[in-house]
Amino acid sequence: MRITVIVNGASHTREVEPRLLLIHFLRDDLGLTGSHWGCDTSNCGACVVWLDETPVKSCTVLAAMADGHRVRTVEDLERGGVLDPVQQGFTECHGLQCGFCTPGMMMTARALLDRNPNPTAAQVREALSGQICRCTGYENIVRSVLWASARQAEADPARPGGPALDGRGPA
Amino acid sequence: MNAAGAAPGAYGPHARKEDARFIRGAGTFVDDVALTGMLHGAVLRSPLAHARITGLDISAAAAHPKVEAVITGQMLAEQGLAWMPTLSGDVQAVLATDKVRFQGQEVAFVVAQDRYSARDALELITVDYEPLPPLIDAKRALLDGAPLIRDDQPGRTTNHIFDWEAGDLQATDAAFAGADVVVARDLVYPRSHPAPLETCGVVADSDRITGKLTVWATSQAPHVHRTLYATFLGLPEHKIRVISPDIGGGFGSKVPLYPGYLCAIVASMRTARPVKWVEDRSENLMATAFARDYHMHGEIAATRDGRILGLRASVLADHGAFNATAQPSRFPAGFFSVFTGSYDVPAAHCQVRAVYTNKAPGGVAYACSFRVTEAVYLVERLVDALAIELGADPVRLRMRNLLRPEQFPYRSPTGWEYDSGDYPRTLAVALQTAGYDDLRREQAERRGRGELMGIGVSCFTDAVGAGPRAHMDILGLGMADGAELRVHPTGKAVLAVSCQTQGQGHETTFAQIVAAELGLSADDVEVVHGDTDRTPFGLGTYGSRSTPVSGAAAVVAARRVRERARIVAGAMLEVSPQDLAWTGGRWQVRGDPGRSVGIPAIAMAAHSALDLPDGIEGHLDDKAVYNPPNLTFPNGAYICVVDVDPGTGVVTVRRFIAVDDCGVRINPMIVAGQVHRGLADGLGIALMQEISFDADGNCLSGSFMDYLLPTAVECPSFELAETVTPCPHHPIGAKGIGESATVGSPAAVVNAVIDALRPLGVTHIDMPMTPANVWLAIEAARARDGRE
Ligand code: FES
Ligand code: FES
Repeated sequence: MRITVIVNGASHTREVEPRLLLIHFLRDDLGLTGSHWGCDTSNCGACVVWLDETPVKSCTVLAAMADGHRVRTVEDLERGGVLDPVQQGFTECHGLQCGFCTPGMMMTARALLDRNPNPTAAQVREALSGQICRCTGYENIVRSVLWASARQAEADPARPGGPALDGRGPA
Repeated sequence: MNAAGAAPGAYGPHARKEDARFIRGAGTFVDDVALTGMLHGAVLRSPLAHARITGLDISAAAAHPKVEAVITGQMLAEQGLAWMPTLSGDVQAVLATDKVRFQGQEVAFVVAQDRYSARDALELITVDYEPLPPLIDAKRALLDGAPLIRDDQPGRTTNHIFDWEAGDLQATDAAFAGADVVVARDLVYPRSHPAPLETCGVVADSDRITGKLTVWATSQAPHVHRTLYATFLGLPEHKIRVISPDIGGGFGSKVPLYPGYLCAIVASMRTARPVKWVEDRSENLMATAFARDYHMHGEIAATRDGRILGLRASVLADHGAFNATAQPSRFPAGFFSVFTGSYDVPAAHCQVRAVYTNKAPGGVAYACSFRVTEAVYLVERLVDALAIELGADPVRLRMRNLLRPEQFPYRSPTGWEYDSGDYPRTLAVALQTAGYDDLRREQAERRGRGELMGIGVSCFTDAVGAGPRAHMDILGLGMADGAELRVHPTGKAVLAVSCQTQGQGHETTFAQIVAAELGLSADDVEVVHGDTDRTPFGLGTYGSRSTPVSGAAAVVAARRVRERARIVAGAMLEVSPQDLAWTGGRWQVRGDPGRSVGIPAIAMAAHSALDLPDGIEGHLDDKAVYNPPNLTFPNGAYICVVDVDPGTGVVTVRRFIAVDDCGVRINPMIVAGQVHRGLADGLGIALMQEISFDADGNCLSGSFMDYLLPTAVECPSFELAETVTPCPHHPIGAKGIGESATVGSPAAVVNAVIDALRPLGVTHIDMPMTPANVWLAIEAARARDGRE
């Protein structure tokens, strides 16, 4: 079947098997190998990308289901040569070791901070709870996301959750 | 810090160089390698744990329009490749020819144009199996008349693999005979799996014209793999290049050779196309190196007032269907005999008996420092059991028996020589960080309210950095590591090392090591690793050996470069090299701080037309092979605080305090990250992770639905502190850290849960302490109470 998916702002039309998983479409057909595959059962989150604005496990989404939709992957976090605060946070706080879980973790973190710019540590842990990291014990991943939250608030005080507000972002 | 002459500021937290690619999704993992014309392999696996193969029909699979080749054990046997060597001197079936011996064993290999077609074709293969009785229980495997698993070995009549012992049996028996108190425990360290987030995989590319075989593999030991491929496949070693690209975690499970690697290589040779094979998660959990599966009986002897007199242990080790453990060959039970741990134990003896069962092969993996995990768990559980028996506080009992600083270097009763440590201070720092007395007060209050709060302590001594080549080799390959260092004319350096990072941050730490020795910035040192064509020989990254062995090699190479630089500097400054002192990262004329040169200027001079003194040929480079004089012994004290829900058996880890002494810390940020990982391991292993089987040998833990791993919600925020006693025999005093927390932490969690359940009279629960297991123990204790 023929599908058209807007991936990281660029439109791709491909002939695919109906059973093709989105993760394999991204990795094998489009060569976007930043998103990883780590399990057979939708447990690890190494494959998390955005379908429109929502983080999804791309191993559990058929490429066909993305037909006509927008997909955002880790390759699109850095824009115009500027790293996303989440990417900066992961480097600043040693939020990654082997780097295999990192793209999925960062995509979920970015989505969290878009919805709740000023999360608590517990909210960060909850948001990442569908994903597995085998290297960091999560300690520094949580710190990385909180660092990103603080950094973007600093950079844009007008943003909800910034220092001008009461510190509680939208639910 | 005893890094003689290290430039100030080179050690310390330094953002990792490798992060730049990973945060952009630009790493290159094995499955990211895509070559022109590449084919995809898939393995057909046995659904049965033990069965004779009576028929195999591949014709339908071979006829699939997208299938390029189907390989069977029979075809491999014709080339003499059906059985491959393991790292323990046994053989393992690449593809089964006669029998299958565990569920998930490799039976056939399909190569197709794409991943999906390769999987489709597996369905088209029919195998006829004649089921045989499976042996799942290690004890039953030793009974008379037990079915023989390894009937491929001529003359073999039992499932027994080896008996091994250490220590002084007579002295230990005498110590026990004279003791006031003897406490015994039967402890199972269950079968676990390291489950790195990236599964195992390979891309094999055999070039028909040049004869060169290039293998991108998830390998923690690329040089060892190259040598094994050369001897097994009969290929000239210089025509084999093994590349370990970015590796998504290893934890020991990527040390062995796996049948899938060999199948992909053979398939590439047959098809003259590159072949990729990447296992899925259930294959990873069912067929690659598991960890532990140690069934231990331990006894501790002491005086009434709490002086430990002796320790003994007898262990039944389940090695699965092939003896494929990865450890120094002369240590079939790894370093288990370091089981006297952090204590001054006058007499000790242990014996380990290993058996075959119808389960996946492995045993040494998962950051275990070659079975030190099992050893630490045993002694730390026994010390807690002794505390219960004596009615003593577990901390005071430990303090009483810990080795004292003046006892180092300490010769243990099983023959190890511990390098350095201040164990009482390390425990004291842990107690202080935890607020131990306050915790005990809080616990008393909560107990008064019927709440179950527990505090668990574990002191550990790890044994890493294997190892001295006189004693340690793997299949005859001595465990020494090479390093090569080149300084370019502009003073930028390239270090090539044999060890391979799977997330440990070698590209940063090793750059810092060289920078410190040469007065450079770590940003000016590039680290090359994971490619046998570009790096010197060495045994790889596992057993926390990178910094102790390869790191030392890097230091020695850098110091040799520094000495060469001294001669050049002498020529530049027109003084004798003897009149130069290495000061602040530069060669300086003694007594004349105004006259000095740094490595960049010296490097340019060494490559220039400068008339160089005798004994130096020009350019600025050198190399080293480091043969460690001894192991290193990182150590620590951990405290875990848990709450147990009496209604559900759910254990919540509230706090986890870790104090580590890994000697000199090169990059404390990376050290802390390594400890975090190991603490999460301890929590997972103690509370949820187990590879289990039903009576027919079906693996019940073949996915992340059933093999539970801790997430961010189960892990608390970890609290770390440190002590530093530099390793006296390592050139910069480092001891290694990668496995410390995995080794030390499970016992702290278990001790905490048992401590929580003390009021109920529960004295032991085997891992994993799942809600069900804890709840059952609580119910059993209550039933006992009701009866009494
Ligand atoms: S690969 Fe998608 S959740 Fe694991
Ligand atoms: S950094 Fe390795 S799995 Fe998270």
